[in-house]
Amino acid sequence: MPSPMAGRPLQSAQAKIAIMNKPAPEKSNWFSVQHKIAPYLFIAPFLFIFLVFGCYPIVQSLRLSLYATNGPKSHVFVGLSNYRFLIGDSDFRTAVWNTLVYTFWSVFLQLPLALGLAMLLSQKWIKARGLLRMAFFSPNLMGQAFVAVLFGILYVPQYGLVNRALHPLLPKLVPLDTKWLQDANLVMPAIVLASLWMYVGFNMIYFLAALQAVDQELYEAARVDGANAWHQFLAVTVPGIKPVAVFVLVTATIGSFQLYELPYLMLNNTAGPKNAGLTIVMYLYQNGFVTGDLGLASAIGWSLALGVLVISLFQLRVTGAYKGEAA
Amino acid sequence: MNRNAATTAGRLATQALLIALAAIVLMPLVWLIAATTKGKNDQFHYTFFAPTLSGQNYVDLFHKTDVFQHNLLNSIFLASTTVIVQLFFSSLAGFALAKYNFKGKGPLTVLMLATLMIPGQLTMAPLFELLHWLGLVDSYLGLIIPGAVSVFGIFLFRQSILTIPDELLQAARIDGCSEFQIYRDIIMPVSRPMIGAFCLISFMGTWNSFLWPQIILHNRRLFTLPIALSQMIGVYNQEYGMLMAGTLISVLPVVILFLVLQKEFVAGLTAGAVKG
Repeated sequence: MPSPMAGRPLQSAQAKIAIMNKPAPEKSNWFSVQHKIAPYLFIAPFLFIFLVFGCYPIVQSLRLSLYATNGPKSHVFVGLSNYRFLIGDSDFRTAVWNTLVYTFWSVFLQLPLALGLAMLLSQKWIKARGLLRMAFFSPNLMGQAFVAVLFGILYVPQYGLVNRALHPLLPKLVPLDTKWLQDANLVMPAIVLASLWMYVGFNMIYFLAALQAVDQELYEAARVDGANAWHQFLAVTVPGIKPVAVFVLVTATIGSFQLYELPYLMLNNTAGPKNAGLTIVMYLYQNGFVTGDLGLASAIGWSLALGVLVISLFQLRVTGAYKGEAA
Repeated sequence: MNRNAATTAGRLATQALLIALAAIVLMPLVWLIAATTKGKNDQFHYTFFAPTLSGQNYVDLFHKTDVFQHNLLNSIFLASTTVIVQLFFSSLAGFALAKYNFKGKGPLTVLMLATLMIPGQLTMAPLFELLHWLGLVDSYLGLIIPGAVSVFGIFLFRQSILTIPDELLQAARIDGCSEFQIYRDIIMPVSRPMIGAFCLISFMGTWNSFLWPQIILHNRRLFTLPIALSQMIGVYNQEYGMLMAGTLISVLPVVILFLVLQKEFVAGLTAGAVKG
């Protein structure tokens, strides 16, 4: 897209249009024309790329999911058999199960920890709040791929920090040669632990912003009415942070559904022992871009999208986030 | 008296708990730095730093792989280019959505919101086909062009530009500013905090992205840092210190950018959640 980038060609385009509309070449006419067409020109470069590279592939993936393919060239129409294959495939079931287990822990472990941390940190009398907040957030500056490489080595038996730190505390439970990433039962806990390290502080930032927006006088009023800390939490904090909490819940769930880099790189570019680290997106990558079946990859993509949609709508329903707008 | 003492004890305990938790969170990062400075003989003897520091891991990183410096420059080039392109498209389109009425604005907004809810992996297969057809596989254009627009960024800019008073724009028009001049000379300077936040978010997004570059890039000279590291853990899986050096170098540019832009970043991150 060479032309509209620099700004100058855009102005010259405006000038050209002004010349084309010549009848009254005064400034006022040119002015009203460029005012009218400006929004179209401003939106056009975005719109072109959005339609071609954003919207078209969505429609096309629906069609492609009905074909068996081998690379981008050979296509055979197979109807719904890609979806039928997925329902029967045990690897796909493993991928879905692992993704759901990971999402469960993200929602029920990561978010409560993030909220708890935010509530402690939002107390005005805590010293060095900025530094503490920064410390908790800092792991998120590393992308998932880099966190995965780091934790792949943190979990190395004998050498890595995880065993060296946990072994002195729990000598029986965690021997120094615990093989986190070679033992199928330990792979998921290892992934969850790494993701807690990475994301608790990130979600804490959202909760902190929400807690700051809660009216402090409401707490005062609740205290006057004799409410204890737990009642204050239920009556003031929960309603106060609800919109943000629902936002965090839904985005964390959607993010968890797309888990890929963390297990893939932690497990040295594999799905781990007994596919214990196989996720839906990893399964999509393997089938679509290693094996080369783009049709099956599209069917997996749609299954993922439907799963995300159903769970998000369920969450919005249960939390009653749309009550106000529906009425 | 008694209650005050109890409160003080509780506060001290809370403060101590938070400091302990922060120390636990920071420990892997300290360990990462330490691991890059330990020589081969020291790495199993010392959990954190060894008495003698060694630069061998960094030397190995650049010599053994012979492409790591390319990977670093590739990532810097790709992330910067994507940020600039995204910034231009997003701010311009966000301006149009915030301050103009035009045909199709409503349906377009709905369409944009709808695509925000669709996971990106859904479109990867057809997008790959399309880029293959355009001859853009194994080139940076295959990453830059589909990544040139950020719907999230457009809404971010729309939100912040909505708060700019219309009178300011009207006054500029009376002074003879064209609409593009208004964008360049008024909207952009006023939006500076949002630009900072967006640049950081967008830079981190491109810098850390793994799956799509893994699909599009095949030539190892073109690899970005995450892809390069994924290859390295396969080949040098015993060279812990060297892998950690690669990880640390890969993270530093983001840390530096964050330290420059952190104030804007938190504001931008939470803007959508708190207001919307």
